[in-house]
Amino acid sequence: MNAPQKVGIGTPLSRVDGVAKVTGTAKYAAEYRVPDMLYGVTVVSAIAKGRIVTLNEEAARAVPGVIDIISHLNRPKHAWFNRSWKDELKIPGEPFKAFHDDRIQFAAQPIAVVVAKTFEAARFAATLVDVKYETEPHNIDFETSLAEKFMPGVGHRRNTYHPPKDHGDAERAFGEAPLQHAAEYHLAVEHQMQMEMHASTVHWHGDGTVTIYDKVQGSQTSKELVASAFGLGEKNVRVVNAFVGGGFGGALRPQWQLHVATMAAIHLQRSVRVVMTRSQMFSHAHRPECTYQIRLGAAADGKLVAVLGDATTSTSRFESNMEDIVTWGMMNYACSNIQGSYAIAPRDTYTSADMRAPGAATGMTLFEIAIDELAYKAGADPLAFRLLNYSDIDNMNRKPFTSKALREACHEGAERFGWAKRSPEPRSMKEGRELIGWGVATGLWEANFMKTSASAKLSADGHLEVASAASDIGTGTYTVMVQVAADTLGLLPESITARLGDSDLPTAPVEGGSWGAASTGAAVQLACQTIAKKLLKAAGGVEGRPFHDVSSIDELEFAGGYMIRRGDPTRRVGLLDAMRAGGLDVIEAQETASPGIGGMISLATKARNTHSAVFVEARVDEELDQVRITRVVIAVAAGRIINPKTARSQILGGVVMGIGMALHEETAPDKTLGKWINHSFGEYHVPAHADIEDIEVIFVDEPDPEVTPLGVKGLGEIGIVSVAAAVVNAIYHATGKRVRSLPVTVDKLLAV
Amino acid sequence: MIRFDYTRPGDIDAAIRSGTPVDAAYLAGGTNLVDLMKENVARPLKVVDINRLPLTGITELGDGGLRLGALVTNSQTAYNEQVQRRYPVVASAILAGASPQLRNAATNGGNINQRTRCYYFYDTDTPCNKRQPGQGCGAIGGFTRIHAILGASEQCIATHPSDLCVALAALEAKVQVTGPDGDREIAFAEYHRLPGDEPWADNTLRPGELVTAIDLPPKGFATNYTYLKLRDRRSYAFALVSIAVGLRLEEGKIAEARIAMGGVAHKPWRRREAEELLVEREPGHASFDEAARALLAGAVGQGANDFKIELGRRGIIRALAQAAAGTPQSQTDKRIA
Ligand SMILES: Cc1cc2nc3c(=O)[nH]c(=O)nc-3n(C[C@H](O)[C@H](O)[C@H](O)COP(=O)(O)OP(=O)(O)OC[C@H]3O[C@@H](n4cnc5c(N)ncnc54)[C@H](O)[C@@H]3O)c2cc1C
Ligand code: SF4
Repeated sequence: MNAPQKVGIGTPLSRVDGVAKVTGTAKYAAEYRVPDMLYGVTVVSAIAKGRIVTLNEEAARAVPGVIDIISHLNRPKHAWFNRSWKDELKIPGEPFKAFHDDRIQFAAQPIAVVVAKTFEAARFAATLVDVKYETEPHNIDFETSLAEKFMPGVGHRRNTYHPPKDHGDAERAFGEAPLQHAAEYHLAVEHQMQMEMHASTVHWHGDGTVTIYDKVQGSQTSKELVASAFGLGEKNVRVVNAFVGGGFGGALRPQWQLHVATMAAIHLQRSVRVVMTRSQMFSHAHRPECTYQIRLGAAADGKLVAVLGDATTSTSRFESNMEDIVTWGMMNYACSNIQGSYAIAPRDTYTSADMRAPGAATGMTLFEIAIDELAYKAGADPLAFRLLNYSDIDNMNRKPFTSKALREACHEGAERFGWAKRSPEPRSMKEGRELIGWGVATGLWEANFMKTSASAKLSADGHLEVASAASDIGTGTYTVMVQVAADTLGLLPESITARLGDSDLPTAPVEGGSWGAASTGAAVQLACQTIAKKLLKAAGGVEGRPFHDVSSIDELEFAGGYMIRRGDPTRRVGLLDAMRAGGLDVIEAQETASPGIGGMISLATKARNTHSAVFVEARVDEELDQVRITRVVIAVAAGRIINPKTARSQILGGVVMGIGMALHEETAPDKTLGKWINHSFGEYHVPAHADIEDIEVIFVDEPDPEVTPLGVKGLGEIGIVSVAAAVVNAIYHATGKRVRSLPVTVDKLLAV
Repeated sequence: MIRFDYTRPGDIDAAIRSGTPVDAAYLAGGTNLVDLMKENVARPLKVVDINRLPLTGITELGDGGLRLGALVTNSQTAYNEQVQRRYPVVASAILAGASPQLRNAATNGGNINQRTRCYYFYDTDTPCNKRQPGQGCGAIGGFTRIHAILGASEQCIATHPSDLCVALAALEAKVQVTGPDGDREIAFAEYHRLPGDEPWADNTLRPGELVTAIDLPPKGFATNYTYLKLRDRRSYAFALVSIAVGLRLEEGKIAEARIAMGGVAHKPWRRREAEELLVEREPGHASFDEAARALLAGAVGQGANDFKIELGRRGIIRALAQAAAGTPQSQTDKRIA
């Protein structure tokens, strides 16, 4: 007798929520219908900085259907102390509190909400609110803000920030290096621009409790904020985010629409919905602008002898957002003289925020352009140059990796791409009017693990439910939970339901940092293992006692609805037979996955990262400088792959976003008005289908039992890192034009 | 969005009666008007839905031309057999724009009357002379990537965003209108206007006038033509610069040339002098470059759009080469030929 086939970790299972999504039954925050709900439309500030002098509401209030207008003048009480504005990803400073007072700190700041019986009435009335301001001088120009750049002191830094660690004497080594490269690189502001607009539907139950359907990357972070900042109390608030139409970091922190909707609901003691407009989506989170001065020195043989980086990113005047920019280059290559500095520059915008692979997507990408430039100076093949300077350890922290299969990724990617056929000279490949270039870059990101809880419940009808307050921001968390449960208990995916996106479920962190699959997966596995243990115990009552000598579930295989004695497939017990024998109607378990002692030691002594090698073919019209990205091969080393299908989708999405970063995405400031000016999807460009051609994803074998309990490293972010560098490098190889400022729009190519 | 009255008249006279007050607006496909109403930029108190009017046909004209009804959709026009065969530059220009869904809804009358995509025009929290006469122009001195390099004024530097209109300008189409004072025919070159001191007026339609049709003249330049659109991504973006070309070649020489540009001015940009420079010449880089420079003569950038001058020059040369070679730009394979 063979063990039955099982669906589990490694199976390319289609998304379990796919049908719900494409048929529209998956509900998003703005789609819940609650009884007697009112509609709020937010009025935003027309100026960038100053004070509200008067808010004339007369005309707006006269619109039939309008119930009330709430602003700083009449809002319900909210917490005075900053610490009460809870936020899992708190940024040092003074958190933005909608309607707090008459101060305007950034353009399109929410200043009032018109609440009406219909959305149409609210929207019309919102246009009639007449606001008079007293303006103050503002600055949103990054260049200008650099004059005020600073490094927050210890205690005022983001807890996610890793200061660069210098080694050797980089200045001197650079000065003496036979090969030198120094240049300044720049990344424009990008907005996360998820498809789903930020929305909060507050269901006011009337008994002191509320249920809030919120667009956020973590239901419990919104719950804590609302419970504490608006005094509703932990036990009275439930937040649901069962489906999230994209996050990309833009919804890691609860957004202002949650403040506005909650205040309106409290003020009116009624259910209220507030949805941002697409244009208002540009009023908050965005990837910081960055300027990065890179100096690289190499010996005559091409070996790096000095790496120096000085970077500044943008933040607001009220919070100090910080990213790791210069560390990636210091970590990635073998080099004994490294030095980095970092500062932030405040300006009169909303605080910049994490966006897919925050820090690395900027810092690693820009660094990989500089490395390419040095490779040309060394007369080396850019891939060979990277391998020549390969580091087996984290070069900055001087720690070994739990695993690093970047070399394999480089080789497998190059092989698939046909890199060996590359002609080394720039402008040496051409077809028709198009110059062809091949570029490469390597990517680096973190493999994180966060304490996460999950529950599991097996019923006598064979149905298993697993649950955690995790979120699925399109990343496939539902599917991962089902798969891990199927794997652990040997059940079919059809008999498993995953629940998430509800603050009442077992505690989980916000979804971000690519820790979701590893952490939620581990928690689900633990909960299912506890169920397995209970089943083993119950199996003691089965006739013939086939497991009389089995003391641990490690001696069992779970497959096809059976527990099977390893090594002796004839000794097996059906899970439901075990339950019956044990007289159990239902088995429940709740467990928390955390690093544990072994994990803590490993965390302290080893670096844990995902790696990638990206190969890009660019074709550039010789006269018109129109760029096409015709081929991308990306080889990813990310430990164990739970689901090759959803994993591939994550990487594809990352690559598309990377192409957008390279060629399209840019939020443009109007410096006079102090606002982002291209605030619509018509003029803020992300790639269209026509911009995307062949993308091939390879997962490199990288067994790593140490990195996380499942050996999983997470894939949500590595796909974007350095893609833009490979594009820029390919464009250089095609045209001989080096653009150091992203995105590479046609005007920049024309100017070279 | 403002509150408005809505009517859907069944005949043209009734439509004109409803559409004549200054606070009325005709609604066709709605892909532009409704957007602008949602942004609170367009604030008509009376919306006159013209979709029941009998303006939906494509018919042959006595002079050998083709009449495109104002309510024929952009898709119907682009895929019409006669248009494809005789006026491929029109089909090509339409297919270079927007998305299939939008083109299915957008009408020919609406397309030529669509308003600028100037960021400031769309944002009621910024000054704009076109939206609110006398407010000043937010774009001047601001972010001008999509703005005009030709024919701009100190009041307004907006561009007309239509692709279709560039082809219509090259073909010298005529716009048929009817209104409170009866019918008129407007030459395409006279239809749109430069901003001058009255930037609020995009075109020369008088109050209440309704476009009923667009007439394509007999000459379609169906052999040597192209529509080349250069933009910030390869689909679903307005032109930074676009060029419609029609050539008539005789014995290896250019007998007649038409060149119109989009994305550079408040109206499709044409200059007869530039076209005449090509007549009697052999197609080639030198003559194309001369024509390009003549068409762009006097172009001035506003900073962020300076690049359009050089991009425009190169684009014109390429478009002329495509047309002369009989290898027009494909709008499905987005690779530039
Ligand atoms: C996202 C997006 C992308 C786009 N991209 C492109 C592009 O790349 N290239 C391009 O060319 N266009 C593009 N467009 C614009 C599109 O072509 C226009 O919106 C469309 O052609 C307008 O036609 P409509 O019938 O929907 O007009 P409506 O929105 O109904 O009307 C537009 C204007 O014309 C007036 N009008 C309509 N019909 C008549 C008539 N018969 N007589 C007098 N006045 C009339 C209306 O009063 C209104 O002022 C895009 C639009 C969108 C929303
Ligand atoms: S360019 Fe014209 S449309 Fe744009 S802001 Fe100036 S006046 Fe308004």
